[in-house]
Amino acid sequence: MDEQGHCKGYLTRFSEYIDGELPEDVCRMIEDHLKECSNCTIVYNTLLRTVELYHELPQGEQLPDGVRSRLFKRLSLEDSQK
Amino acid sequence: MSNEVLHSTEFLTRLLSGEREAFSELLDLTSPRIYALGLRMLGNGQDAEDILQETYIKAFRSLKTFESRSSVETWLFRIAANEALMLLRKGKKSSADMDLDADKPELEEAPEIVDWCCLPEHELMNTETRTMLEKAAGSLSPNLRMVFLLREIQDFSVKETAEILGVSEDVVKTRLVRARLKLREELSVYFRERMGSEVNDG
Repeated sequence: MDEQGHCKGYLTRFSEYIDGELPEDVCRMIEDHLKECSNCTIVYNTLLRTVELYHELPQGEQLPDGVRSRLFKRLSLEDSQK
Repeated sequence: MSNEVLHSTEFLTRLLSGEREAFSELLDLTSPRIYALGLRMLGNGQDAEDILQETYIKAFRSLKTFESRSSVETWLFRIAANEALMLLRKGKKSSADMDLDADKPELEEAPEIVDWCCLPEHELMNTETRTMLEKAAGSLSPNLRMVFLLREIQDFSVKETAEILGVSEDVVKTRLVRARLKLREELSVYFRERMGSEVNDG
């Protein structure tokens, strides 16, 4: 962030850039900016890493003990339990 | 979304015809993710279990009104997200806390400049970091957190997330950007402390 106002607009763009949602000319603008702004490069890289780290968290693991059986019981589905 | 069974016409037909076995299968295929969403939204197992039960009770009752325009998962997550947000609102004095800053795209403060992205993988992903990631996500305002969990953890598209929450795709995008930036800040503070003082000034 050399000058705050100058770089600030890039912050939200980085997120869209990560998702590949930006038109080619905007992507090029961002890439050019990253080449010359070391602070934005850090922000971009760490934002990307943040997104990647969260993708590694489990969507959902096995239900804790008892939760499944109570759910089936509540729904009166005991008979069809495997 | 990972499971092909859920999207098969055969399964849907069985489910919609009221076959109990099919509903049990639906539970086994989807309940861990519904439970995880509730747990991350409310932060405790009891509330997560309540959300889980309410979701399937409502789903079971309204099975006939399910329109196969949306996927079964989107439909279930819609019920679960509503349950979770309703439970959160119950615990709040006003709805102001729910929306605080949610739809402003930018952060007010200057971003933390700490270059932690190239830390070795074992430093980045250990039990302590995992706990910190969960805690940081838990500190987001409910509306940001919900969008973040649906998009980043549950892998729903922008369109599906918008459908689940009954908001526009633009709102989903704005909230996601904001959530990501806030979490990057939290992670930067955390890793700065872990990395020690030598990189304090970037």
